[in-house]
Amino acid sequence: MLRELGAKNVQIPLSRKIWEINWGFVLLICATASIGFLMLYSAANGNLEPWASRQMIRFGAGLALMFCVALVDIRVWLNLAYPLYGVALLLLGAVEVMGVIGMGARRWIDFGPFQLQPSEVMKIAIVLALARYFHNIGLDDVRRIRWLIPPILLVLAPVTLVLRQPDLGTALLLAAGAGIIFFVAGVRLWKFALVIGTAIPAGFFAFQFLHDYQKKRVLTFLNPENDPLGAGYHIMQSKIALGSGGVFGKGLLQGTQSHLNYLPEMRTDFIFSMLAEEFGMVGGLLLFALYILLIAYGYAIAYRSRNHFGKLLAIGMTGIFFLYIFINVAMVMGMVPVVGVPLPLISYGGTAMLTLLIGFGMTMSVYIHRDIDIPGKR
Amino acid sequence: MAGDQHKEKGRVFTRRSLLMAGGQAALMSALAGRLYYLQVIHSDEYSVMADENRMNLQLLPPLRGRIVDRFGVEIASNRHNYRVVLIPEQTKSVTATLDALEQYVPAEAIDRERILKDVKRKRSFVPIPVVDNLSWEQFARINVNAPDLPGIQVDVGSTRDYPYGNLFAHIVGYVGAVSERDLQNQEYDPLLELPEFRIGKSGIEKYYDRTLRGKAGLSRVEANAYGRIIRELNRQEGIPGNDAVLTIDKQLQEFAVRRMGEESAAAVVIDIHTGDVLSMVSVPSFDPNAFASGISSADWKQLVEDPKRPLGNKAIGGQYPPGSTFKMIVALAALESGVINAGHKVFCAGHTQLGSHRFHCWKRGGHGKLDLENAISQSCDIYFYDIARKVGVDKIAEMAHRFGLGEELNIDMLGERDGLIPTKAWKQAVQGVAWQLGETYNTGIGQGYVLATPLQLAVMTARLANGGKKVSPRLVRSINGETLEGAVLPRPEPELDNLDLGISQKSLQHVLNGMYKVVNGPRGSARAAKIRVEGWEMAGKTGTAQVRRITRKERIEGVRKSDEKPWEERDHALFVGYAPFDDPRYAVSVIVEHGGSGSGAAAPIARDLLQETLRLDPLRRPSYDIAIRRPAGGEGA
Repeated sequence: MLRELGAKNVQIPLSRKIWEINWGFVLLICATASIGFLMLYSAANGNLEPWASRQMIRFGAGLALMFCVALVDIRVWLNLAYPLYGVALLLLGAVEVMGVIGMGARRWIDFGPFQLQPSEVMKIAIVLALARYFHNIGLDDVRRIRWLIPPILLVLAPVTLVLRQPDLGTALLLAAGAGIIFFVAGVRLWKFALVIGTAIPAGFFAFQFLHDYQKKRVLTFLNPENDPLGAGYHIMQSKIALGSGGVFGKGLLQGTQSHLNYLPEMRTDFIFSMLAEEFGMVGGLLLFALYILLIAYGYAIAYRSRNHFGKLLAIGMTGIFFLYIFINVAMVMGMVPVVGVPLPLISYGGTAMLTLLIGFGMTMSVYIHRDIDIPGKR
Repeated sequence: MAGDQHKEKGRVFTRRSLLMAGGQAALMSALAGRLYYLQVIHSDEYSVMADENRMNLQLLPPLRGRIVDRFGVEIASNRHNYRVVLIPEQTKSVTATLDALEQYVPAEAIDRERILKDVKRKRSFVPIPVVDNLSWEQFARINVNAPDLPGIQVDVGSTRDYPYGNLFAHIVGYVGAVSERDLQNQEYDPLLELPEFRIGKSGIEKYYDRTLRGKAGLSRVEANAYGRIIRELNRQEGIPGNDAVLTIDKQLQEFAVRRMGEESAAAVVIDIHTGDVLSMVSVPSFDPNAFASGISSADWKQLVEDPKRPLGNKAIGGQYPPGSTFKMIVALAALESGVINAGHKVFCAGHTQLGSHRFHCWKRGGHGKLDLENAISQSCDIYFYDIARKVGVDKIAEMAHRFGLGEELNIDMLGERDGLIPTKAWKQAVQGVAWQLGETYNTGIGQGYVLATPLQLAVMTARLANGGKKVSPRLVRSINGETLEGAVLPRPEPELDNLDLGISQKSLQHVLNGMYKVVNGPRGSARAAKIRVEGWEMAGKTGTAQVRRITRKERIEGVRKSDEKPWEERDHALFVGYAPFDDPRYAVSVIVEHGGSGSGAAAPIARDLLQETLRLDPLRRPSYDIAIRRPAGGEGA
């Protein structure tokens, strides 16, 4: 349809770009976020204040930013990939020096009017940087270990810094997100096996260097029922909320576990438990369906992109989105240890929402600029 | 070449991304499967757990049953305890609120240090006790000024109250906090786990605790994770405890306690026909109210270390040698076994010889020749040595048991002691030594091994005075429910006609005549203590029990007068009696520890108690009655 755009330096007119925005994708995003508003409304016992309204404003702002990101030419993102990565890495380093301490870790930089969490910026930046790197090298190079050293360093640097904050959840997310790009870029499977094979014993080794609260989280994950009033309390209460919800749930505002405060962190990390308590398995599966549609959309965009950068970018962003979902839901259902990962588009909080919407914006940019051919350096 | 590689790159991407999609689909399915597992397969279990989380059962303690005297005067009741509590979350400044509160309550009543500590330690919605036991006036003023006292709430609790303080301490007992031992020993009752719950610790309060306590009510509430109560789901009111009506006459008890004064003493007044204990005194006493609210360790120490043992109930738990009050039993044993008749005479020279040992009469010069009635009235020891030797200790013991000595009388109270009535077999078993004849002599005058409680002596006297009927003492006239041992109440009334002890009236009359002469005869040992109201004449028997054996040296140098000895070495003074002699109704026993002589210290008290009992005549006045539920299968109400 837009064959003529296959050439270099072709610009798409703005009106055309707006026409090309995936409105179905936007609708899905809005629908999912609305479920989040509903849950925050319920968490405030049937009030928009204080959470639902604030979350709506953030979402509105994020949505605007998403459109801006989507309309920016994909080649601009390609060119900005390394500089953005560099800035993100510098910010992560700055956290070490001047970060604000909160919740037992140093994660934030205070910029006066607003606070910035550089690890969130890095989630975008690392996908961009790796997509650009693998876009530029040929398949033969991908299969040579020599060419894998730079991207591995690109991953290890931020992961190490984030681990030092310490923020195990984000570090794992970054590593896994990077892994997805390595995987779809065509890195040999035995290399993955090797990395995973060495990572497990390394993990045991690293376990000793974790903070006590992190060690406890891992240990209680192994048997939450053992210590129901101690650290396993959260998981146990979350499972009770889910299980007592049954097939059809207790109804909006009727969740006893959530409204009587037995459920911890119900606005943020454990919001899925509240949803499943009030709307049951039906509500939970409906949310899953929305998520699956969003992910499928991401895949579809990746397949439609003619340039490799766009493919990798779309898959990378979708992959991180999927990881958020999986880690959060598996955590509240007691399948993985408690790590502080929010449920995308639903959990209360601005930073994660913004990161996600920027990610969706880039995915949409890939679609809008799908037919632009970007030759690799080699 | 580059193009091929480009195409190949795309194919690898497609292959790998499809693999990736498959993996993600598998993981999503795992999530959905887990959701199914939790929300469908295990839904019921988790629903139960969610309900257990939110529902809280709260016990509503029932109102404890009252204890009233036989005319309905409240002896133990429940008093409103007006309290002030502070809810920290409802005030901006706890100290400012407490400052404001000082306008209404004296500052020294507010333990600020403890309150501020509690405020820090507890959740901000938990009421913290500030002061309690406020007067109605203070309570009302705080209530009216509540708007100026943010965070302050008034509430009304219930405290056990003993309006007569120490008058009934040993009868009614007291309530106290549940101890670890109570929890182990008693049948499980969730009420016992309430921190503020009080149970009977002694006396009637303990013996009838199960029925006085009542049944707990239940309030089912919904509470959040911090324990704050959101709402009450339903409520089931408890059943208040049953009231107990005592046999005691409060007026008589009051008189008796006052009459005993500062002595360490005990007395029991009993209705000889029904066994109703009209008064039971053990002095000195203590204030049971101190126990209901928790006694200070200094006060407790003082009570425990007092040589006059205020905590013990001497009337049922004090064991004393009955001395000469035992002589009626010896006389009856001798008469009934036929070894003597009432005309049997003995010459008293002041002492008698048994082997190398010389036994003395209390009267150094001797009584001369006496018959049975005079031997009782003058309390001649030599006479009783003689008849005790003739009848033997085992017959005496058998007679003593018939009159309630040497065994528990099963009064409605714990702490009753057996006393001791020796036999040959008992000595062989306990000491492994054969019985000596000299010991029979000592038993004959109520000394040696013989021990009895004031209650036993009162019951003995009642059984003598009522013509040999086996009356048993009781403290509670009517109550419903169950006793501590699980016996169903009320217990059946005893039928006196079936309780004849099988003593011949002739023998009994000689003994009673002797007792009459004790008080009313010209040479009676208690002639100074006679009742001078016509028709109320008292009969009785004095007793003086040695605490310490008189040594030979002391006998030669002359026995010191009792009041010259240190208090704890003086003899116990005893008296048992009944009145009126012609138509007996009331019996009494009095023991004054280290009081000197029975005639001097105990008889006047006994006389005054009987005279007051006859004046009040509780049996002739209508008593207070509660509806009595006859146990199923009994003979209708």
